[in-house]
Amino acid sequence: MTDNPYLPYPVKIQEIITETEDNNLKSYKLTFLNKEDEGNFSYTPGQFCEISIPGKGEIPIGIASSPTEKGFVMFTVNKTGVVTRFLHNMEEDELLGIRGPLGNWYPWEQMEGKNVLVIGGGFAFTTLRSSIVYMLEPENRKKFKDITVVYGSRSPGLLLYRNELIEWEKRDDINMHITVDGTDDPDWKYNVGFVPTITEKKITTSEDTYAIVCGPPIMIKFTQPVLEKIGFTAEKIIMSLEMRMKCGIGICGRCNIGDKYVCKDGPVFSLAELNELPNEY
Amino acid sequence: MTDKMIKKDQFMGFLHKLKNDYNVFIPAKEDDNFYNFTALGEKETFDFDYKNTRLSPKSFALPQSEKMFEFSLNKSDKDANILREAASDSSNTAIVGIRPCDANAFKVINANFDNPEFRDPWWTKHRDSLTLIGLGCNEPDSTCFCTSAGGGPFDEKGLDILLFDLDEHILIRPITKKGGKLLETADINQEADSSLKQKADEVKAASEKKISSHVATDKLKSKNALELFNASFWDDIAFSCINCGTCTFLCPTCWCFDIQDEVNYDQGDRIRNWDSCMFPLFTLHASGHNPRPEKVQRVRQRFMHKLKYYVDKYDNGIACVGCGRCVKYCPVNIDIREVIRLMNE
Ligand SMILES: Cc1cc2nc3c(=O)[nH]c(=O)nc-3n(C[C@H](O)[C@H](O)[C@H](O)COP(=O)(O)OP(=O)(O)OC[C@H]3O[C@@H](n4cnc5c(N)ncnc54)[C@H](O)[C@@H]3O)c2cc1C
Ligand code: SF4
Ligand code: SF4
Ligand code: FES
Repeated sequence: MTDNPYLPYPVKIQEIITETEDNNLKSYKLTFLNKEDEGNFSYTPGQFCEISIPGKGEIPIGIASSPTEKGFVMFTVNKTGVVTRFLHNMEEDELLGIRGPLGNWYPWEQMEGKNVLVIGGGFAFTTLRSSIVYMLEPENRKKFKDITVVYGSRSPGLLLYRNELIEWEKRDDINMHITVDGTDDPDWKYNVGFVPTITEKKITTSEDTYAIVCGPPIMIKFTQPVLEKIGFTAEKIIMSLEMRMKCGIGICGRCNIGDKYVCKDGPVFSLAELNELPNEY
Repeated sequence: MTDKMIKKDQFMGFLHKLKNDYNVFIPAKEDDNFYNFTALGEKETFDFDYKNTRLSPKSFALPQSEKMFEFSLNKSDKDANILREAASDSSNTAIVGIRPCDANAFKVINANFDNPEFRDPWWTKHRDSLTLIGLGCNEPDSTCFCTSAGGGPFDEKGLDILLFDLDEHILIRPITKKGGKLLETADINQEADSSLKQKADEVKAASEKKISSHVATDKLKSKNALELFNASFWDDIAFSCINCGTCTFLCPTCWCFDIQDEVNYDQGDRIRNWDSCMFPLFTLHASGHNPRPEKVQRVRQRFMHKLKYYVDKYDNGIACVGCGRCVKYCPVNIDIREVIRLMNE
């Protein structure tokens, strides 16, 4: 980063991919305007950026690409309010800014040599995609034992990164459990059921395993007891939190939970860490 | 550096001389009868009997509204959509008559704005441009409790220079190099004699005795944060709060801010503005979820931040300097001293 941690890197939209059938989620592949910025921008899966749209503002968005993918940085954005709506109306080749990488990351060092269970729901699958792509890179794949993914959305058309999910299904170095809440598609080959239910059915052991969980609050609420039943301890359940943010660097005072700033001390916390903090998120 | 002195009737001359090298601000009574820091002009005089300004001087380093960046949205401009750092004034400024508590507040905020990982460029630039010339408090107010908050009416920690008002004379004590330099620039070089120094000690001791409100903070550090968070007293404390935010805006140590873009036709600014944890919007997510929807949660956040989270995070004491502003101006009389007492029990 430059001397001014509030100054975004200028980036250009290289490619826009509409991810879901309701058009509410789009992925943006961004390239740096200045080549040297690309070299300075070194990130680890789990981190996020402030996406800066001059005239509209800044929003925190998880990095959906993996550092092993070169030449672009990718974000997947849900259309909700002022900034995200504007972004959804932008076109390829337009300019915006990104500030980061910000925050901490999934505990990659601790997870080395272990099994990794990835559990995601809805559009909170962005930094999980980053993590999966990262782990599947041949160089990195050796560092982890079994990789298992449970990922669900309301319907097949709302799953993110569908082509990749299907590719991963075919591989034998990753166990995929894709699920939807419901579907009337007779050709649907995968699971039907809520993420916690499928987790309970498919995951039988917590031995030597870290679980990374990202999803809407309701999914997390029902998945947590399932994981505990399977035997996961709070130290090995890893979650990524969202809070309203502005500065992203622990200064503006907006995103605290107790004495932690989610933007700087998080967004990744273990359940054990969260159990020590006020339940105010 | 040794104590200096001047005659009181030479004080305005000293301040006017300072104007050659510094922007000089002094407390002055405004139309509404409250004191605020005002640029020294021809008609202002320094009132040694003032208690404190209503607004805190934090705005010298953290303005209520500050332009961070500028940008053009006009596609024909070469740098359209690219932010440029806005010009900001950081010429030498002397704040004369700042109270020791308010000077300590700069230290409290600094721990957050200038930390090992990130330095806030605007805060550090403004802070470095300031020379804080404190006026010790001969007559503390009934709401002052600085001695319970790590300070005192003649506390030197946050200051560059400390002034003692001693009838016909002012004793001028340089504290930092920056303060010494200012005195050199203004040719203040008459050494204080020992009888004046003795008088200064007496005034200081007498003033400390006049502080009538005391509250213990010694147990805050060792208390369990979750237990304090879940304590039963928060509903009672928050009951009458109307979430007006007065306490946070007047407080010299409340630093939270918002960042907003403002656009006029095709030119825009990115601006930061003071914000307040007392407002529900502060934490509202785009999804509609709000981690602090209830007033009691917001009141608790303000006190927990100042008296527990800050204490745990920075090991720099509490984030309250005991100025008493929130006690004095809260429209429903919520008293932080009582909250500290409950939390420290
Ligand atoms: C660490 C982190 C990672 C995130 N990753 C993603 C992601 O990968 N994809 C995605 O679609 N969304 C993500 N979000 C949520 C996203 O930041 C919000 O949806 C977004 O800020 C909404 O902005 P808006 O201007 O459209 O909404 P508005 O309601 O108009 O918001 C106005 C302002 O409020 C703030 N704000 C509102 N909601 C949120 C929120 N939930 N989180 C933080 N700030 C908020 C922003 O500063 C925003 O500028 C993430 C949030 C965090 C904290
Ligand atoms: S000044 Fe008093 S009423 Fe207003 S927000 Fe603060 S505590 Fe509440
Ligand atoms: S909390 Fe109240 S008494 Fe303490 S520094 Fe702030 S305004 Fe002054
Ligand atoms: S977003 Fe400013 S402190 Fe976290």
